[in-house]
Amino acid sequence: MTSTPTPLPSHAVGEETAPEKPRKMSRAEKRAIAVKGRLSSPWASGIAILIAILWTVPSIGLLVTSFRPETVIRNSGWWTVFGDLFSGEAEFTVDNYNEALYGNSSDLATFFVNSFVITIPAVVIPITLALLAAYAFAWIPFRGRNFLFVAVFSLQVVPLQVALVPLLSDYVQWGINGSFWTVWFSHSIFALPLAIFLLHNFMKDIPPSLVEAARVDGAGHVKIFFRVLFPLLVPAIASFGIFQFLWVWNDLLVGLTFAARPFQPMTVAVAELAGSRGGDWHLLTAGAFISMIVPLVVFVALQRYFVRGMLAGAVKG
Amino acid sequence: MDWLLTPGTPGEKFAVMAVAIVLFVAVMSLVLFAVDRPKRVPTWVVALGFVGLPLGFLAYGLLRPAGITLWNSFFNRNSTEFVGVDNYVRAFTEPQFQKVLLVTAAWVILAPLLSTVIGLVYAVLVDRTRFEKFAKALVFVPMAISMVGASIIWGFVYEFRPDQGEIQQIGLLNQILVWLGMPPQQFLIGQPWNTGFLIVVMIWIQTGFAMTVLSAAIKAIPDDITEAARLDGLHGAQMFRYITVPSIRPALVVVLTTIAMATLKAFDIVRTMTGGQFGTQVVANEFYTQAFRQNNQGLAAALAVVLFVLVIPIIAYNVRQMRMAEEIR
Repeated sequence: MTSTPTPLPSHAVGEETAPEKPRKMSRAEKRAIAVKGRLSSPWASGIAILIAILWTVPSIGLLVTSFRPETVIRNSGWWTVFGDLFSGEAEFTVDNYNEALYGNSSDLATFFVNSFVITIPAVVIPITLALLAAYAFAWIPFRGRNFLFVAVFSLQVVPLQVALVPLLSDYVQWGINGSFWTVWFSHSIFALPLAIFLLHNFMKDIPPSLVEAARVDGAGHVKIFFRVLFPLLVPAIASFGIFQFLWVWNDLLVGLTFAARPFQPMTVAVAELAGSRGGDWHLLTAGAFISMIVPLVVFVALQRYFVRGMLAGAVKG
Repeated sequence: MDWLLTPGTPGEKFAVMAVAIVLFVAVMSLVLFAVDRPKRVPTWVVALGFVGLPLGFLAYGLLRPAGITLWNSFFNRNSTEFVGVDNYVRAFTEPQFQKVLLVTAAWVILAPLLSTVIGLVYAVLVDRTRFEKFAKALVFVPMAISMVGASIIWGFVYEFRPDQGEIQQIGLLNQILVWLGMPPQQFLIGQPWNTGFLIVVMIWIQTGFAMTVLSAAIKAIPDDITEAARLDGLHGAQMFRYITVPSIRPALVVVLTTIAMATLKAFDIVRTMTGGQFGTQVVANEFYTQAFRQNNQGLAAALAVVLFVLVIPIIAYNVRQMRMAEEIR
């Protein structure tokens, strides 16, 4: 296949014979070697390790603490666990989780359900709406299209704070304030500018010939949208879907403002817990971990989409 | 039909959720079905079917409230009396609010800068090493966590126990101080450093984002540039200073401005960790306090508008840098 003289494979591997062959190394390999030289500097690796430690140890502390008995948490630091493991004195329990989930003061199980009930429609509805709008902006020529698209695009910079109070007073007037409906509606609205913008960008990347061909075959816009474009957009939808899922799940502002107590998401409940029982670390650590577990699972399972969604959706707020 | 508004059991809640989704799908299908008649329906009707609902949502739920908020910001606390720019004057001249603006400025300057610097250094250090993927995941995980969760994680790190007798520190940072032979500190109470300790939480969250974007940008630097520089004798820190940083300038600007905007609007950390006490209040949280605790709608509206206005220079800088980058290309 190549014109290079054929070396025996077994001979070529791992044998650093001569410096006259560097051209046979791929660019990446060469760079890897250059980088190795850099990382072997103790300062560089020291800094990298220090950052890695600073970014993990606080979470480990939380996780370890959430499994320790209440009285032990009060009287010794979580790091003593590692010494106790050797001496066999380490105690672990899931009582904290029981109390956080089902205890009278926290009752996080209820709020866990609420978070799901809030999040799923708050992801499905804006994405569907945004897909349709993005399709129209990309493929249906109509008057004022460019102006409207720029208008939607620039709405991204409007902070949610400016919309909260007027929306809330409307909800009160309609007699639906505090219900899930207001939370879904608000999240859907706030997600639209970014969703339309991103999905429009993805739609524009699809070759026009595909759309033209379908049109020649007599397909209407609805058919083109569902048969031609939708299947091609699945990765983009997944990316934005995950981003929106995490955004809604982790949101505090919208849940706090619009949801009544029985319908609040877990972030609000955990924040409340931090306010009212700030010293009860057995409850707080378990509660925080319960609220983090779903996003963490999403992160581990779908890291590639997650990263893409994060990069694409970074400007929301 | 009461359960549609106030469902009690988890079953009822999920039922309401299903109702909402089915209702939404039904409405959308109806609209699309109505406009799916090629040739019989004019284009603008089709377009309206596609963009009507989303644009209506935006106009109703974002544009109109923004206008109302702007209007209310010129009225008194219950929107009954026109007060001109009094609310803005208050927000910028009263010492209490000047302090809030100052603290917000510290957030908006420090959080983006430090997250970007740390993210960049880390991205360069782990680039193309054997453990790159794992190392990046470690720093990236905090991005998946809510700010409330992160606040609790760090609140525990900062936990303080009075330094007397047999009492053991249970917060890691104070234990480290004790190990070093220093007295433990109330990190969240002592001004002005407590704001710094809160900003650390934001940096902890945002560094993963900076690292991911910048790492992608570093990998996109053409090989011939780095190779030519190496032939010219550039190494290590020089390479970083003269090749890496200039090459990823556009990405740096995007990261800095994005984090700055996120920081400006974030109130979760301050609210969860100190509640805005001890001189840590920021504009976003002061807005919430005025709107829903103090019920001063005029001042709250003015603060929301201030938030909006503060975003504009950041966006303008971003757009200008983008334009410049495109011109160079």
